[in-house]
Amino acid sequence: MISQGSEIRAKDGRAPDVFSRDGWVAMRQYREAEEVDVAVIGTGAGGGVVAAKLAEAGLSVVAFDAGAFYRPLADFASDEREQDKLYWTDDRISGGDDAIEMGSNNSGRAIGGSTVHFQMVALRFRPEWFQARSRLGYGRDWPVDWREMWRCYDEVEDALKIAGPVTYPWGPKRGRYPYRQHELNASAQVLARGAEAMGVDWSPCPISTVSAPRGKSPPCVYRGFCKIGCSTNAKQSILNTYIPRALAAGAEVRDLAMVGRIETGSDGRATGVHYHRDGEWRFQKARRVVVAGYSIETPRLLLNSSSPSHPQGLANAEGLVGTELMVHSNHAVWGVMEDEIRWYKGPPSMAVCEHWNYDDDKDFHGGYAFMSQGPLPTDFATSMVKNLGVFGMELRRRMALYNHMAGLKIVGEVMPTPANRVELSEETDALGLPLPRITFRFGENDRKLSDHALRFMRTMHEAAGARDIFETAGSAHLMGGCRMGFSAADGVVDGAGRAFSCPNLWIADGSVMPTGGGVNPSITIMANATRIAGHMIGAIARGEG
Amino acid sequence: MTSPPRRYPDYDVLDKRDSPSWDDITRHVVAGRLNPPERQFFDDALWDVLIALCDTIMPQPDRDRPIAIWIDAALAQNRTTGTRYDNLPPMREAWKRGLAALEAEARLCHGRPFHDLAQDAREALLKAIDREEVAAPEWNDLPPRRMFREVLANEIVRVYYSHPDAWSEIGFGGPASPRGYVRLGPNRRDPWEAEESAATRRSAEP
Repeated sequence: MISQGSEIRAKDGRAPDVFSRDGWVAMRQYREAEEVDVAVIGTGAGGGVVAAKLAEAGLSVVAFDAGAFYRPLADFASDEREQDKLYWTDDRISGGDDAIEMGSNNSGRAIGGSTVHFQMVALRFRPEWFQARSRLGYGRDWPVDWREMWRCYDEVEDALKIAGPVTYPWGPKRGRYPYRQHELNASAQVLARGAEAMGVDWSPCPISTVSAPRGKSPPCVYRGFCKIGCSTNAKQSILNTYIPRALAAGAEVRDLAMVGRIETGSDGRATGVHYHRDGEWRFQKARRVVVAGYSIETPRLLLNSSSPSHPQGLANAEGLVGTELMVHSNHAVWGVMEDEIRWYKGPPSMAVCEHWNYDDDKDFHGGYAFMSQGPLPTDFATSMVKNLGVFGMELRRRMALYNHMAGLKIVGEVMPTPANRVELSEETDALGLPLPRITFRFGENDRKLSDHALRFMRTMHEAAGARDIFETAGSAHLMGGCRMGFSAADGVVDGAGRAFSCPNLWIADGSVMPTGGGVNPSITIMANATRIAGHMIGAIARGEG
Repeated sequence: MTSPPRRYPDYDVLDKRDSPSWDDITRHVVAGRLNPPERQFFDDALWDVLIALCDTIMPQPDRDRPIAIWIDAALAQNRTTGTRYDNLPPMREAWKRGLAALEAEARLCHGRPFHDLAQDAREALLKAIDREEVAAPEWNDLPPRRMFREVLANEIVRVYYSHPDAWSEIGFGGPASPRGYVRLGPNRRDPWEAEESAATRRSAEP
């Protein structure tokens, strides 16, 4: 019954039924010697969407993921330490002045990728961000029309049945969210009170957990363990939305299958993927390859796929693979409330303020959203240790105020910078693959943004009645590393996700984002993958793919 | 030393073990947590340092829940966090070198092993390390603060707050599946949640 995540489950013509404790659904399978239409690498926010969309368009699809195929009802414990199994915990070498913390912060290793443990915040980009350079004067323009993204956001929000408010205060006029908003927990009410005291807008946060029954998903019961995996299936993740769709449409999913290298022929085209599964290296032939391993594994795979036709690594003719890696700054203020807040109840971020994403009267580029918080105990305790150096009885006494704490934390836009990047190190992992080496440093604009946010949130938290306020710094999410561009000199892939220097290779994950925006990236990655899948299907139908 | 917090004196999260707040996998996982394995990774010398370090970072005058053994178990499995800072060695080596440097620092500053120092001397030593004020050559190129916060203290604190007694101590609801919560607003409490003692309820003092 207990899975340690080491058991291959998608095989013998069946895959786990994620809505059951031990059931199965039928799965079509493809022979390795059979050249499938598309091999998709990664089944998270990008790859999961692409696999489902391409399979539904009638293409033969095999989707690979290094992680395990979990059934949430039976496999996800209400326990932080156990649920570390959802993260990518293989060593990644992290350096630079502001070295990024990897692992739980920004990675997933499971069918469904990091959406299995994401915070479910579903905010759209501000339309101008798709032309950040030409309209706002920073970063890069996306080779993408925001109105096309808007249609894709509509599709994704419906696919996830996002629960949100009737009217959302920021951005262009939009339709209703598919499901009604959730009742606000006490933690969210602190943000609301502070915002109202300051006279700035706030909103119930649109989130990806259902507020009413949906198919086999029951409504959210506010158990509060969203960030370590939802054990009731109320959360709408890739694992319990797009993956079942992909399987039903005839895609094969290979779990615990680590792709180490994409093979290319003498004409430079991709011919298939080398992957490690069940103790051995194997090869799947494919007419096309879609990479969706996110901002570390995608560059790592491409750089490790050099060949005579791609001597610097696949799709790296211009040396751009791995560059302009971005995070979100994730700074926060925390304080003690007289009320009992009990922030462990409900999704962690039920209220949001996007004021500084839409107000341009500020001394820095980019924007930030901030949200109410509800960290689980070890998450909160370790953030105090790492930021404040608190330990001993002082830590125990501060942690005893857990039920009286409230916090506000940003998702802050970080400028794309060439020196922030992913490379291959000399060291190799257990499979013989080079470890990724990550270099990161916050720039001057990034510091101005987080300073501004900390000042603003401290004022708001005080207005809400918080005392003994302290601050923490950090980062979350990953974007960039294989950005979309307008030309081969400007990006790794074009606006349709296709590599400039390898015509049957696409990238469809967060690594293609030219800028990061000031909102959680998952739904933008999903919308962009929806868009890329649509362009792929069109190109294939026209005989151009 | 100040006294341990007692805001929820009548609450024991384990009382809910057979209630709808706990599911099978959580019962299984937490039962395992209450049964520590045998030591496999650390030798006797480093084990003494680790025990004393755990007692300093998470002092437990009121009880004695094992912490060090879970760190030993994690390292025996070569469990990692996904982050290897470029100025730290791999996890197993980081722990060995970090504990050895701490021990060397204690002997250099006090002429005695770390585990022989009084609690306040141990705390002062750790605070000095956190300020990067170290003298022992064993530190070599190790970054003291990062070693202390990100490796040693981080994992010790994680283990402490993974124990049900720690959840009870802070009034955390603990496992909650399939039953979650109904009353979400401020000062609202479901019957299966911890009740705070009247004495501390309006006080910021733990």
